[in-house]
Amino acid sequence: MKNILILGAGTAGTLIANKLRKRLSKREWSITIVDENKEHYYQPGFLFIPFGIYNQNDVIKPKAKFIPKGVDFIYSQIDKILPQENKVLIAEGKRELKYDFLIIATGTRIAPEETPGLLGELWHKDIFDFYTVEGAVALAERLKSFNGGKLVVNITELPFKCPVAPLEFIFLADTYFKKRGIRDKVELTLVTPLPGAFTKPIATKMLSGLMEEKNIKIVPDFNIAEVDNLNKKILDYEEKAVEFDILVTIPTNKGADMIERSSMGDDLNFVPTDKHTLQAVGHENIFVLGDAANLPTSKAGSVAHFAADFLEENLISAINGEPLKAKFDGHANCYIVTSYSKGTLIDFNYETEPLPGRYPYWIGPFGLLKDTRLNYFGKLFFKWMYWNLLLKGHHLPVTSHMSMCCKERPE
Amino acid sequence: MAQKEFAGHMVDVNEEGYFTNPQQWNKEIAAAIAKEEGLELSDKHYAIIEFLRNRFISGEALSIRSINKSGIVDVKEFYALFPGAPLKKSTKIAGIPKPSSCI
Ligand SMILES: Cc1cc2nc3c(=O)[nH]c(=O)nc-3n(C[C@H](O)[C@H](O)[C@H](O)COP(=O)(O)OP(=O)(O)OC[C@H]3O[C@@H](n4cnc5c(N)ncnc54)[C@H](O)[C@@H]3O)c2cc1C
Repeated sequence: MKNILILGAGTAGTLIANKLRKRLSKREWSITIVDENKEHYYQPGFLFIPFGIYNQNDVIKPKAKFIPKGVDFIYSQIDKILPQENKVLIAEGKRELKYDFLIIATGTRIAPEETPGLLGELWHKDIFDFYTVEGAVALAERLKSFNGGKLVVNITELPFKCPVAPLEFIFLADTYFKKRGIRDKVELTLVTPLPGAFTKPIATKMLSGLMEEKNIKIVPDFNIAEVDNLNKKILDYEEKAVEFDILVTIPTNKGADMIERSSMGDDLNFVPTDKHTLQAVGHENIFVLGDAANLPTSKAGSVAHFAADFLEENLISAINGEPLKAKFDGHANCYIVTSYSKGTLIDFNYETEPLPGRYPYWIGPFGLLKDTRLNYFGKLFFKWMYWNLLLKGHHLPVTSHMSMCCKERPE
Repeated sequence: MAQKEFAGHMVDVNEEGYFTNPQQWNKEIAAAIAKEEGLELSDKHYAIIEFLRNRFISGEALSIRSINKSGIVDVKEFYALFPGAPLKKSTKIAGIPKPSSCI
């Protein structure tokens, strides 16, 4: 009996476990998955919690529900990987698991401790994240009693998961305060290290237009150095300062500390990974899926979903001792909500920036880089697809490779 | 592809003025680019440039934070040496591509 060991039972680990259990013979291959947490979070839902659209119960389900029969689930902290010995230590090093093939899917976590002052006395009083349930719930409470002032959304540094989430947050905040009739009393500002609202030129143009329309200010090229809790200001390295009454932060994102303990990560604990084959650099029997990899594409559930098809093919090739033929193209696809009723959609890969058009190309009800009502419902429908199709490794009604069909380059 | 002359050498650059072939770089060229950016290069500048080039050549990602690992300066001093947009300026002078932020 040979072993496949999967580290992390989040979006990526769960969906690849489902795919591989269907693909590999139970007589020849055992599959084990390890995670320290019993609850599965639907992270895209965190965005809606601060505004009372979702609550905690909408985004949490037991992990075990999504792990198929025939996969052993071990609840434990992962201590470290010993790649030379094909072993993983768990439970503070008290237990070891051997593997023939390893899949790393330990994701990314926020690391507010990287910015001086962020975890100071205002943390979860006037400074919040919404990348954790705790942060999102605390922020929902704070927003209820907020009657006006400066709300600042700050991106600490790149990369961070779901790169459109800060924009969506600020668009939803605009609608939220309008509904409460106090939009004119609230100043909304996005403070970002990027030169504009987004990195890629065509999408930036569309999104900046929307921000202007909604009277949302932007402070670009701002690299936060520290938070001044006393004077409620964030400062960058050149002493540029932005004042806030509420600060919503996207802290530094790092890979799991376990990666650092295993000496397998880059500066931010992301695992160097071949961007086409998804094999860990320098390790023939280790693959990486989801946010844990250092791929030059978005850290998003949709990326993990598309990449999984390629990882599955390459793992089978590796098992058979054949060359790895499947080449992932970095395909990402994100709905961007722009208010309580509208949304836009972007679709891109390593080579092609987001372009306007329609999606998926063969039915095309969703407008790419267009602000429509249907896109908003696409986002809400995604929650159903996530729990019912995506995690279980079923095919979604879209292709894994990005398609250039039905996209147009504007003049 | 565009070409530009620095200190008597023709080099290949992209539309933003970044080198497309880091091999064409030398210290004199660096000084000439720096002059265009209004900077006079000190030994510290050169030490950082060398760090950036080595990191680029070994395929490691460049970010503001990675400067802390240089052992030469911290981020604050990095800003003081290349005011405004330190990473953009220093990579241009170092003759390597502008670090692309992945989204
Ligand atoms: C606010 C927000 C909005 C988002 N919106 C979207 C969206 O609209 N569309 C989209 O596609 N994506 C979106 N995402 C991103 C998406 O949720 C993630 O990219 C996706 O969940 C990544 O999956 P993963 O399996 O790589 O990581 P995760 O799902 O985070 O799983 C990692 C797992 O590893 C476990 N783990 C880590 N270290 C250890 C250890 N040492 N021991 C044991 N277990 C460990 C963790 O407990 C966790 O269960 C959003 C994310 C956020 C935060």
